[in-house]
Amino acid sequence: MSAGFLLKRLLMAIPTLFGVAVIVFVLLRIVPGDPIAMMIGPGATPADIEQLRVTYGLDKSIAHQFVLYIGDLAQGHFGTSISMRQDVMELILGRLPVTIELCLMAMLLAMINGGAMAVIGAYYRGRWPEAGIDGLAGFMLAIPDFLWALLFILFVVILSLSGLPISGRISHAISFDAVTNFYLIESLLRLRFDVLGSVLLHMLLPALSLALPLAAIISRVLKTSLNEAMTQDYVQLARVKGFSRLRIVAREALRNALVPTVTLTGVQFTFLVGGTVLVEKIFSYPGIGNMAIDAVINRDLPLIQGLVLTFAVLFIAINLAVDMSYALLNPRMRHG
Amino acid sequence: MAELAAARPVWRQAASNWRIRIGGGFLLFLVAVALLAPWIAPHDPIDQDLLMQYLPPVWAEKGEAGFIFGTDNLGRDILSRLIYGARIALIVSVCAALAAGLIGTTLGLLAGYVGGWVDQAISRLVEIWMAFPAVLLSIVLVAVMGTGLHSVIIAIAVIDWTRFCRVVRAETMAQKAQDYVASAVTIGLPSRRILIREILPNVMPLLLVLLTLEMGIAVIVEAILSYVGLSLSSEFPTWGSMIGAGRQYVNQAPWLMVLPIMAVIATVLALNALGDGLKDTLDPVMRK
Amino acid sequence: MSADSPILAIEGLHLEIRADRRRIPILRGVDLTVTPGEVHGLVGESGAGKSMVGRVVLGIAPLRSRVSGGTVRFDGQEITHLSEGRRRSLMGRGMALIPQDPMTALNPAFRIGDQITEVLRLHMGLDKTAARTRALALLNDVHIRKPERVLRQYPHELSGGMRQRVLIAIAFSCQPKLIIADEPTTALDVTVQRQVLGLIKALQAERGTALLFITHDLGVVAKLCDRITVLHDGRVLEQGAVADVFAAPQHAYTRALMKATPRYDRPGDELQPVPAALTETLNAEALAYDEVRDA
Repeated sequence: MSAGFLLKRLLMAIPTLFGVAVIVFVLLRIVPGDPIAMMIGPGATPADIEQLRVTYGLDKSIAHQFVLYIGDLAQGHFGTSISMRQDVMELILGRLPVTIELCLMAMLLAMINGGAMAVIGAYYRGRWPEAGIDGLAGFMLAIPDFLWALLFILFVVILSLSGLPISGRISHAISFDAVTNFYLIESLLRLRFDVLGSVLLHMLLPALSLALPLAAIISRVLKTSLNEAMTQDYVQLARVKGFSRLRIVAREALRNALVPTVTLTGVQFTFLVGGTVLVEKIFSYPGIGNMAIDAVINRDLPLIQGLVLTFAVLFIAINLAVDMSYALLNPRMRHG
Repeated sequence: MAELAAARPVWRQAASNWRIRIGGGFLLFLVAVALLAPWIAPHDPIDQDLLMQYLPPVWAEKGEAGFIFGTDNLGRDILSRLIYGARIALIVSVCAALAAGLIGTTLGLLAGYVGGWVDQAISRLVEIWMAFPAVLLSIVLVAVMGTGLHSVIIAIAVIDWTRFCRVVRAETMAQKAQDYVASAVTIGLPSRRILIREILPNVMPLLLVLLTLEMGIAVIVEAILSYVGLSLSSEFPTWGSMIGAGRQYVNQAPWLMVLPIMAVIATVLALNALGDGLKDTLDPVMRK
Repeated sequence: MSADSPILAIEGLHLEIRADRRRIPILRGVDLTVTPGEVHGLVGESGAGKSMVGRVVLGIAPLRSRVSGGTVRFDGQEITHLSEGRRRSLMGRGMALIPQDPMTALNPAFRIGDQITEVLRLHMGLDKTAARTRALALLNDVHIRKPERVLRQYPHELSGGMRQRVLIAIAFSCQPKLIIADEPTTALDVTVQRQVLGLIKALQAERGTALLFITHDLGVVAKLCDRITVLHDGRVLEQGAVADVFAAPQHAYTRALMKATPRYDRPGDELQPVPAALTETLNAEALAYDEVRDA
């Protein structure tokens, strides 16, 4: 797959990113409500308000503000967080690895779970297990990620499952001098299996909450594609060749069913990332999603801006990854 | 050889679909509950009674007959709050779904029918819009616009119109290619008339399915927003705020969280079932 | 087992399909034997049920169908109602298929090499390298040029003729005792047809594989086959050695088929379609057969 293809997709992402920046700018200034009044607490003097106005350049014309805004963004200056008094970029980059690891784990779980359900459903085509899988998928789909998170917490509390943690990223009892914030990868590389275990355990429920709705969608779409593939002539030949039904479903048909599944479910992966906003909050998981709600409630404009843009970048990155995997999976595209 | 079965009227077919029965039935029940709230709720939902805090449901040890589902941290009756919460859920979901549908359908029809740069512009807009994390954006919007039902409804509509737009656009393009449109154009009917009188009715069934889907989403988003404390002030009973409060007391009084969660899940499941059932009925291929 | 005991013995085979609470007879008491090394042509018009015979033998009859009478014996073993697991062990080294449509019979997501080696590894127990060597040899046998390159290619990169050669290679790969060729050249260009037919014949003769050749083209049967079975509406109308049947066809339908087939050595002959009256008579006979059987 050519580097040119990759470059082209990256270039196409830039206008989208620009559009996102514009909309963020517009929304936060045009919607009713004085942005400064939102950021300031009660009891502020008019002088304070005016001071803040100047600091944030809100005394200049909209056009002027916009130019400054874009300039700052291009240099990676997102400003300083009001509520946390730190550089926004630093704050976000510090917590980003946490969310990335969580999302990757959730995506992995979703693919395994959804894939297994789809294969089982297609294997038992027309018999009761398939209906069972459909029902299960429908149920999983109806409950959004944040409700799954709450349900898991309920289970843990009501059933007193003390072994299953429902907050934080790692047990307080373990000390870990991490170089990066990628605990999962680092603990694996440094062979600190106690850390690895704790991190995985803490990740389990949040990742599962994010994964289940996506798994349901994957299972539905993949199962339909699998059933479609199973009607093809090459499946019949595979039977004549003497391969078992399981192997045919899970290998011959699956390989062909992946491509349409990726196209149809690709965008759903971005929703998973969006779900971290609530799920991290519910599990007190220290990622960027957790910061988001507090930032909004605290009217921390720079932080909100930074987070929205970060999420947008993540979304675009995921879309890019989906496009690339589509090209990789489709033999016709690999050889032009 | 094979006799063509006489086509049954659509509504009769719809009524026999089990999904529509269960989903629609539950929704009608919910609507009834919401409408009759003042009469069937045993207590005033915002009435606090600090002597009656944390009462478990009536079937548990310390439960009391007067408070079937127990009380919360301020002594308020859970059942009554659930009933009044249904009102909010329904109002928000219907209004938000219709609003999102209106925006999305209009833009979708335009993009699909006019094509050209209009289509390009709208498609680009949809693409950028979808690059935003919906949950985060809705929280931002409501925080900015201030709390209240109207902002919740506007926020949901503003964020989710893209769902309608894409589907309607695709369907419009498909319809546009059909003969009846070509003949309408030949006769010289104005575009707007064609859109509204000819194409829209054919897009309607799809819209109906999308609307039920959107209502389910709206119920969830409203729950999220009130969980986070951004919907109505916590005095007013919404399922989401009940869940939020319940989270805090989950160790002492888990039922505070369970019941509103179940209400949300049941409503969303019912709406999904209704949507699926409608989809099955309205899909012409399946009509045999 | 003597050299003359049949590799395939079909006796009184009845097949019916269930559709909307009705049972539609597809095969009506088919008798057919193939001896080791024999090339047996199964002819008939489309819808005569010839493909179904092949599918029943291979165990891939449609889901809604069932064998309502008769037996199928392969190499002395009864396989009519064989379990899935047992049947799978028969495939590859027992019997194989050359399918009709080369465009759809190969899996578009896997390389040619994989699709050949997987059978070798499954049935012949070869390891990766040995299987690859064998696959190259097989591609040579079917006259594919630059076989190393083809091994790495995907089906969509090959022409129809090349794909059919690959399928032929796969069929012969595990040295089966019986190959069923289901109209293997129908989907190909005329020029390619002759080459492919020649290839099949050569490989068959070389290895002494029995071949059940299903086709609607009498001309092909004349050139390739030792024996012939004529099928109409699931009933065997005539059967015998090709030389005999062609010299002196006994059944009116066989004669009609011959008149409808173009002959390269007599290009001036007028072609005549099968007369409608004859078809009607045959249909009536078939229905009468059903009634007698159901009674």
